Amino acid sequence: MGRLDTGRILVTLAVIMFACLAYVPTILREGDIVFALTDVYLYETMINGLLLGGVLALLSLGLNLIFGVIDVVWICYAEVVMLGMYAIFYCHTVFGLPLIPSMMIGIALTAVLGYAIHYLVIRHLVNAQPINQLLATGGLLFFFQSAATLAFGIEFRNLGVSLGSFALIQDIYVSWARLAAFATAAVCVFALYLFLTRSYMGTAIRAISQDREIMTLMGVQQGRMYLMTSAIGGGLAGLAACLLVLQYDVHPFVGLSFGPIAFMICVLGGLGNMVGGFIAAFIFSELIALGGYHFDIEWGYVFAFVFFIVMMFVRPEGLLGKRS
Amino acid sequence: MALVIAGVLVVASVVGLPPYPLHIMIVILFWAFTYTGWSLMGRFGLVSLGHGAFMGIGAYVTALLWNYAGMTPWLGIPIALACAMLLAVVVGYPCFRFRITGHYFALVTLALSEVVRQTIIATRDHTGGSLGFTPTPKGNDGTPSIIALQFDEKETWFVIAVVVWLVGLAIWRLVDRSMIRYALDAISEDEDSAAAAGINVTREKLKITMISAVMTALGGALYMQYQLFISPDTVSGIAISLQIVFAVVTGGIFVQLGPTFGAVITLLLAEILRVQIGTDAVGLDNAIYGIALVLFIIFLPKGILGSLIGRFAARRS
Repeated sequence: MGRLDTGRILVTLAVIMFACLAYVPTILREGDIVFALTDVYLYETMINGLLLGGVLALLSLGLNLIFGVIDVVWICYAEVVMLGMYAIFYCHTVFGLPLIPSMMIGIALTAVLGYAIHYLVIRHLVNAQPINQLLATGGLLFFFQSAATLAFGIEFRNLGVSLGSFALIQDIYVSWARLAAFATAAVCVFALYLFLTRSYMGTAIRAISQDREIMTLMGVQQGRMYLMTSAIGGGLAGLAACLLVLQYDVHPFVGLSFGPIAFMICVLGGLGNMVGGFIAAFIFSELIALGGYHFDIEWGYVFAFVFFIVMMFVRPEGLLGKRS
Repeated sequence: MALVIAGVLVVASVVGLPPYPLHIMIVILFWAFTYTGWSLMGRFGLVSLGHGAFMGIGAYVTALLWNYAGMTPWLGIPIALACAMLLAVVVGYPCFRFRITGHYFALVTLALSEVVRQTIIATRDHTGGSLGFTPTPKGNDGTPSIIALQFDEKETWFVIAVVVWLVGLAIWRLVDRSMIRYALDAISEDEDSAAAAGINVTREKLKITMISAVMTALGGALYMQYQLFISPDTVSGIAISLQIVFAVVTGGIFVQLGPTFGAVITLLLAEILRVQIGTDAVGLDNAIYGIALVLFIIFLPKGILGSLIGRFAARRS
């Protein structure tokens, strides 16, 4: 009962905070409440924030799966996405493959990469201290970044494919790429949910995330499940790469710009909780979008990170997580 | 032991090395000091990825006070250190009070280092944003170099770096020999049992965090005074936080000279590869470094120096 009440209070507070962030700066600047409430660009920003949330949700999906099942933080997850983006870029612009096959190759490559990361590195550290796991994947982060710098150079590369945008209502423009990312994220969360709850493999994965030792005795092969999870997580990174490459330039350090947010979404949502992660992604994206609209995009990030830190103190188990 | 090394180093500076090796040694010593500051916390399982924040505050607060208020770094640095300490308390207290440990502590502090980096970029009207920030040179209005804390001679900087580094090692030793070390060891083994044994977990953790934050901020401020140029990416943010953590892990997190050893190895590796291979292979050093790190964590979790000392001790006994 007590937990439910704090939950309600938090939701109410969040709505109030959101309204304040959305309208108060304009009201203060213009001194006109009607203007603030009917500001078209503000609503455009909100919608774009919502769609950015889809991108972030998709980005954190694979990480969330790995985090939830294997209980390992892949600090290098965003770098896997980056390599996926390069793969798609090269297949499409250098080798001249059509876009869809390039994307499939990208997804396949990142899935193999996910498998390899687990097989070569994490497998040896499953029972090590959490912090050593974190640092080992951090080493991979350095490696992927520098390998990409060596192989592809530090230039910003653009796929050169634009899906364009369309006018939702007069003056409110929405980009197709973001809408696609949003839709893909929604479909993927649903598909992953079905996979985890309805399929045999999914059930085994969930079981092993609850108790490693007992499930091994029950005949679930821990190692194989972990490898599968890592491959799926890698594949999801590739999927995120497909949608990111349509919107952003690729460069070796692109991972640093969205990696931290992806971790925070997972933790804020509640570890391994897909729905919580989905909600967290939208909270972050709206904070970033509105902060960027009223002030600077950097302030948007500052708000989002400060919000994360404060939320960790208030609800360390995450928005929808269970207190362990 | 440390004194002997220091003596040798100081003599080397008096003999008059060429500027380039001297520069490398100064940079290594400053980083070694910062790394030692981090290892004070890290060895007790408090893995902070937020030290980029403290370093950034140390460097930027000092530099901004100098440029805009004309305040000498002799006053600016203490103010910057106080700011870093305050930040450590503001973030550390709730973290420790609400038992945020392990992954979660690392991620909260990771967010902290990004908050500071983004704030520096966002306030670009004053800090220069991503383009970086240059403290006003002392020559402009004839301020003596001792007040501006800017010296032309590398030898002066070398002596300062050695002194600061020795102070860092001394702090490490003091902590190592104090009650706080036993308290924190107990806490890192089992927080509940430690609390039951009468240790004030929050206070002990907060103490070590404050010491560590202040050392890191000092490292940042001195690095800024020496380089006379800072940018958000060279003194703050995740990249710097990770650099600190990884160098310490490479060297050895549990031994006094481990962080120094880590600084020597990682910075020399980067420097040698840069000189030997040149700019064609930008990133090769980090690629080797990254792979080495993964191997260390799998095969040598105590770090290079830690493992060497461990092996030596085992052979002697």
